[in-house]
Amino acid sequence: MLRTINVEEITENIKEMCIEVNHFLSPDMKAALEKAGREEESPLGRQILAQLEENLKIAGEDMIPICQDTGMAVIFLEVGQDVHFEGGLLEDAVNEGVRQGYQEGYLRKSVVKDPLIRENTKDNTPAILHTKIVKGDKVKIKVAPKGFGSENMSRVFMLKPAQGIEGVKEAVLSAVEDAGSNACPPMVVGVGIGGTFEKCALMAKEALTREVGVHSNIPYIEELEKELLEKINRLGIGPGGLGGTTTALAVNIDTYPTHIAGLPVAVNICCHVNRHIVREI
Amino acid sequence: MEKRIATPISKDIACSLHAGDYVYISGTIYTARDAAHKRMQETLQEGKPLPFDIDREMIYYMGPSPAREGRPIGSAGPTTAGRMDKYAPQLLDLGLGAMIGKGKRTQEVKDAVVRNSAVYFAAVGGAGALLSKCITSSEVIAYDDLGTEAIRKLTVENFPVIVVIDCEGNNLYETATLEYRKEKDVEK
Repeated sequence: MLRTINVEEITENIKEMCIEVNHFLSPDMKAALEKAGREEESPLGRQILAQLEENLKIAGEDMIPICQDTGMAVIFLEVGQDVHFEGGLLEDAVNEGVRQGYQEGYLRKSVVKDPLIRENTKDNTPAILHTKIVKGDKVKIKVAPKGFGSENMSRVFMLKPAQGIEGVKEAVLSAVEDAGSNACPPMVVGVGIGGTFEKCALMAKEALTREVGVHSNIPYIEELEKELLEKINRLGIGPGGLGGTTTALAVNIDTYPTHIAGLPVAVNICCHVNRHIVREI
Repeated sequence: MEKRIATPISKDIACSLHAGDYVYISGTIYTARDAAHKRMQETLQEGKPLPFDIDREMIYYMGPSPAREGRPIGSAGPTTAGRMDKYAPQLLDLGLGAMIGKGKRTQEVKDAVVRNSAVYFAAVGGAGALLSKCITSSEVIAYDDLGTEAIRKLTVENFPVIVVIDCEGNNLYETATLEYRKEKDVEK
C-alpha cells in the first residue's frame, strides 16, 4: 500500500527540528558533559566544563543558540519505499524547512552560495541532504547542523590494506591531535572505515549522530572505539584545548565492505555542541 | 591568576598578563572575522584608513547569531583564530593590542604578538549563549553587507577570557597540553 505524504509536513518538521536542535543538546551529550565535569583532572578544565553546562542552561532558558555557529544543516532522510510524496519536490521542501527554521529561530546564516565568490545566501540554504530508500512507509528525518570549527579539522585517509588496524589508530589519533584547540574540545569523533573515498566520509558524518555511549554492534569495533577514546584522552588536549584529561566524549565508528586494494578511513570531528535530532513520520 | 582589565589595552597592561591568567575584560571591543579581515587588508592595500582606529584596541573573532527583540546580540562565542593568521601580523604591527578567539596561531602571529607587546586571548569555544550575557551593546560600524561578518563595536562587561599567548611568547596551548599528556601511554 502506498502512503501519501505532503511535503509540507517535511518542511514543518525540519523547521521545528532546526530550532530545537540549536537550543537543546540531546540527553546523551548532556550526560556525557556532566560526567566529564566530574572526572576531569585539570582545575581549568573543570572550570571550562562548568561554563559549558551553564551555557546549555542559558541557551534553553533564554532561547539563545548554544553556539553562534548554528552550522550548515546536514539532513539525513530515510524514506520508506512505500511512500509517495505530493505537493512539490522533496528537496525544495527540505530547503524550505531550513530557510524557515533559521529565519524564525534567530539562527545564524552561515552559508555562501559559491565556495570561491563567497556571497552569503542569507537563509542558510541549501542544506546538505542525504537520502536513503528503506523498507516501509515511514520517513525518518535526522537533522544534524554542523559547525565548521571542527568540520575544518576533519580528514580522509586512503590507507593501504597492509597498514591495517594500527594504521587506522594512527590516522584517528593524528587527526585529533592536529585538531586540538581548533575543534572546541571535548569533541565527538566520528570514524568511517571502508567503502570508497566518499562512502567513508559519509559514514563518519553519520556516526556522529549515534548516541554517545552506544557502541558498535561489531565486538572488535566496540573494542577499537573504547581503546581510541582512552588514547585520545591521554593526549592532554583537554577542554578548550587548555590541557586536561577530557579531549573526547566518544569515538563512534561505522564500517562498510571495501575494495581489495584499499582501506579508506574518514575522521569527522565534532565539537562538544554535537547536535542531532531524529523524528519519524 | 584572575585579573580585571579595561580596553584599550596599553603595552604595560598587556605585558602584565601571563599565559594561563584568567582575565575579565570590560569596555569596547570590535568584532571581525574572515570576510572583514579580507576587506581591511584590501583597504590598507589601497592606502585608505581602516574603519576604526585599532591602536591598542581588541579584535574579537566572532560572528554572532541574530539578536532576538530586546537583546543586544544573539549567541556570541569565538571562532577559530587560525583563519585570521594571514592578516593578524599586519594589524598587530599597526597597533592592534589584543585578539580574542580560539585555537592555534602560527609562529608569525606569535612573533608579532611579542614584537608589539600584544596578547592573544581565548574565549571558551561553543559557549556563545553564556558569553552573550557579557555583551551589553552591539552596533555595526562597517561592512554591513557582510551580515554576521560585519564589523561590530561591542560593549562588554567582565567578558571572561584566558591568556594563551603572552607578550613574552609563552603559549598556553603548548604548555598546558604537555602537563596532562600521558606520553608513555600514547602508543602511536
